[in-house]
Amino acid sequence: MKVKVIVTLKNGVLDPQGKAIQQTLNGMGFVDVKDVRQGKYFDIEVNETDENKAKFKIDEMCKKLLANLVIEDYKIL
Amino acid sequence: MKSSVIIFPGSNCDRDMDVALKKHGYKNKMVWHDDIDLPKCDLVVLPGGFSYGDYLRCGSIAGKSKIIKSVIEFANSGGLVLGICNGFQILTETGLLPGVLQQNKYLNFICKNVHVKVNNKENSYFKNIKKEILELHIAHNEGNYFCTKDELEVIKNNNQIALTYCNTEGSDEEEFNPNGALNNIAGLFNKNKNVLGMMPHPERMIDKYLSGNDGSIFFENLIKNYI
Repeated sequence: MKVKVIVTLKNGVLDPQGKAIQQTLNGMGFVDVKDVRQGKYFDIEVNETDENKAKFKIDEMCKKLLANLVIEDYKIL
Repeated sequence: MKSSVIIFPGSNCDRDMDVALKKHGYKNKMVWHDDIDLPKCDLVVLPGGFSYGDYLRCGSIAGKSKIIKSVIEFANSGGLVLGICNGFQILTETGLLPGVLQQNKYLNFICKNVHVKVNNKENSYFKNIKKEILELHIAHNEGNYFCTKDELEVIKNNNQIALTYCNTEGSDEEEFNPNGALNNIAGLFNKNKNVLGMMPHPERMIDKYLSGNDGSIFFENLIKNYI
């Protein structure tokens, strides 16, 4: 089955790329944009049919490799 | 003193490090990342570069490579482990050093000479070093050191800050911080001070005619402390 994972910077961690994107959007006329946070998206295919088991494995992968928990949070979709 | 420089795919300061170590009397061996065992040595160096193309996060893939298990065991048994630039990033990813190196504050790749102040001389690396302000070279996109407030407290209480960015006089105010690193941190120890990660490249400062020789001061001092 396929599992999707989103990794984002934790609240309060400086995101200079997100800031640059926000400022560019503002400059392009999208003046309503207050804040942009950039993240990563993973599409992971695992040999597992049980959804809970698959997500359990993915959770471990997130903790061990996909996210750096010092600055990042992850969400398994 | 025997040293081992680990080569990862994408390392590019490994040979400079080899030259620098040999020039200062170290018996150095190059070690491939896919090896399982380290040769018998006193110092392991994780060199600068772009291991695995900086994929995912800088140093994250190298931090899971085969040789790293032996490096962690070596460090935990008290062996000296030195990570330069990408090597510093790898050390944070393995957990041997706390925190993380984020993208530079102003999103630019910084390549220039900087001054750094030696903050702690009670360790094998800087004990008796004859200069406390070193001019070294930095070249990185992710050197912006970050950790949580609690971790920073622990780091300070244990005197783990090894080097801070400063001016020629040694003032480490924010204005002399090139990349936004927390507390101007340019180099960091683990609790036992046998693991050192630093963004500046001492191996690029070993020839006074080409660059400068403050890197030589570092290497000479380390080997002298060992003997």
